[in-house]
Amino acid sequence: MKITFWGTRGSLPAPLGGRAVRRKLVNALVKAAGAGLDTPEKAEAFCDEALSFPEQATFGGNTSCVQVDAGDRDYLLCDLGSGAREFSLAALGRHGPGRPQTYHVLVSHVHWDHIMGFPFFVPAFIPGNTIRIYSCHPHFESAIRNQNHAPCFPVEFTALSAKIEFVPLEPDKPYEIAGCTVTGMAQLHGGESFGYRIEGAGKTAIYTTDAEYKPEDLARMERTAAFFKGADVVIFDSMYSLAESISVKEDWGHSSNIMGVELCQMAGAKRLCLFHHEPVNDDDKIQGILTETLRYEEITRTGQKLDVVAAYDGLVLDV
Amino acid sequence: MAFGESTVGGAAIVKAGGRIDMSNAEAFRETLVSAVASARNAVIVDMDGVDYISSAGLRALMIAFRAAKSANKAFAVAALRPLVLEIFTISRFNLVFPLYGGVREALYAVGAPTSGGPA
Repeated sequence: MKITFWGTRGSLPAPLGGRAVRRKLVNALVKAAGAGLDTPEKAEAFCDEALSFPEQATFGGNTSCVQVDAGDRDYLLCDLGSGAREFSLAALGRHGPGRPQTYHVLVSHVHWDHIMGFPFFVPAFIPGNTIRIYSCHPHFESAIRNQNHAPCFPVEFTALSAKIEFVPLEPDKPYEIAGCTVTGMAQLHGGESFGYRIEGAGKTAIYTTDAEYKPEDLARMERTAAFFKGADVVIFDSMYSLAESISVKEDWGHSSNIMGVELCQMAGAKRLCLFHHEPVNDDDKIQGILTETLRYEEITRTGQKLDVVAAYDGLVLDV
Repeated sequence: MAFGESTVGGAAIVKAGGRIDMSNAEAFRETLVSAVASARNAVIVDMDGVDYISSAGLRALMIAFRAAKSANKAFAVAALRPLVLEIFTISRFNLVFPLYGGVREALYAVGAPTSGGPA
């Protein structure tokens, strides 16, 4: 199974600004002084060896869109945040407009950051394509249709040329979608949201974003751990610190890196992927959260090691 | 693990030990909230014997802290071992409570010193 992250930011796109790019550039140039970087190959090698991730790259600013590839011919996506535009351009570049494709999309919920990419989802404009959108959320069809509507967007939904289908799902019931078995789970989030367990090619990925997990709710923790059980990767909403999520941001519907580690440890999951990054956090901050999460996993480990990564726009995970 | 309680001046001191996790966080919460109710002006949580605290234990501290705040009583956490201090830092609970190196220092800070200055 291969997982490609096209959008990893929470709530709102958060593009890297010119000043931040310049800071990275100045820092890299100072570090490279005297290194004799007179070819692109030497410069690439220097970036790999001498610069940390935030010094040489960015976690990115697109909102949620994750591609799961379990070997099926059709595409499978989770959510249609602004990252869906990047995905659609890459898919179009790969196939061209003359070769129709089928795109399956699991929608966690309909808050704007999870559907805002659909009006710019290029395959929707191309005749012959099929786009099948699935969700346990009761209003997903109307929310997606209504985005393509005046005065907010100039192209009406009815003007889209692809065949677009909406398929309601029931939580806790397995479905066969794009070569995978997909099961939804209701999550704690204002206006409802749903996580998905995706099993395919002998691997299991959990997509759980916009989900609040409360440490005192033992029954829900155990239900969640059962849902995560044995997963190869858990893509987890770690937007806030634990202190924030149980104090000033309690009931805001998001979770923390600490809860991610604890739930993955309970579930015997193999890898935790920090996701839905707080838009206020810059690259250094997110890298710091990753470092701390690795340390928390280390000091709380009682069984198998839990691998921890932080998702970034463009990350490809081989699961 | 067990939770002990004592009183110094107007401060209730809750002594915790071992691991605080999902299995005993509720008992920890009850002990803390009861200490907040009975304390005259402050609660100090002595964490010297604590090896580990999970999210559930931290939440118990948060609830007691809120109860103390509403009752206009001071709340402080003292004597964290290095590993537990790391957990407080990673979870950002170090930004929530006043943390002190030892109980005497905490007592002094909340205005209920035993005798002399902070240890």
